Amino acid sequence: MMRASHRQRGFLAAMIHRLSGVALAIFLPIHFLALASALNGAAALDSFLAVTRQPLVAFLEVVIVVTLALHMTLGLRVLAIELFDLREKTLAVLSVCVAAVCAVGLLFILNLG
Amino acid sequence: MSALLFLAQRATAVVLAFAVAVHLGTILYAVRGGLTAADILARTHGNLWFLIFYGLFVVAVAIHAPIGLRNVMREWTRWRGRTLDIALALFALLLLGLGLRAVIAVFVS
Repeated sequence: MMRASHRQRGFLAAMIHRLSGVALAIFLPIHFLALASALNGAAALDSFLAVTRQPLVAFLEVVIVVTLALHMTLGLRVLAIELFDLREKTLAVLSVCVAAVCAVGLLFILNLG
Repeated sequence: MSALLFLAQRATAVVLAFAVAVHLGTILYAVRGGLTAADILARTHGNLWFLIFYGLFVVAVAIHAPIGLRNVMREWTRWRGRTLDIALALFALLLLGLGLRAVIAVFVS
């Protein structure tokens, strides 16, 4: 059920922070397994990298980079609230988070070319 | 959440804030003009700073992620208690093992 407190920006930020964390926890073992393919030589790692050039995988790669940026910036927000009592400036802090995530996503897409 | 887990979660969050920022910067730089295994391994092979940085990164992640998942599971599901703690301790070990293996793989290859 949607409570009044759930419509607040802080709740949405906390929910996105949590969901991005779960997504990263699922992704990490796969990422580690892919990198460990280097144990079988550069060719093995290259064959994995070739898979990442497929459009759908490339799109998911952008999603995971943005997810990482989201989780980091929203995590910094949590630390700022807990350590520096920035709660009353939620909107400003969230704007900085969104801007940072957009910048990371755009830079990643532009650099992919 | 016990005080120790809370402290571990926040302490590793501070480490990860720095590590993820560096990692994102590295990703943005590394993917320029495409990425090959030779490009990656040229930077990582025998690089002691890489080994130390990503070794610490993996240790921090292996502590941070399972504690976060524990909070999510306890709040969103009915799963709690000893079996949940054991499952997430195993997940921590899985992340630590796979992560360190990956770091060593690109360091020695």
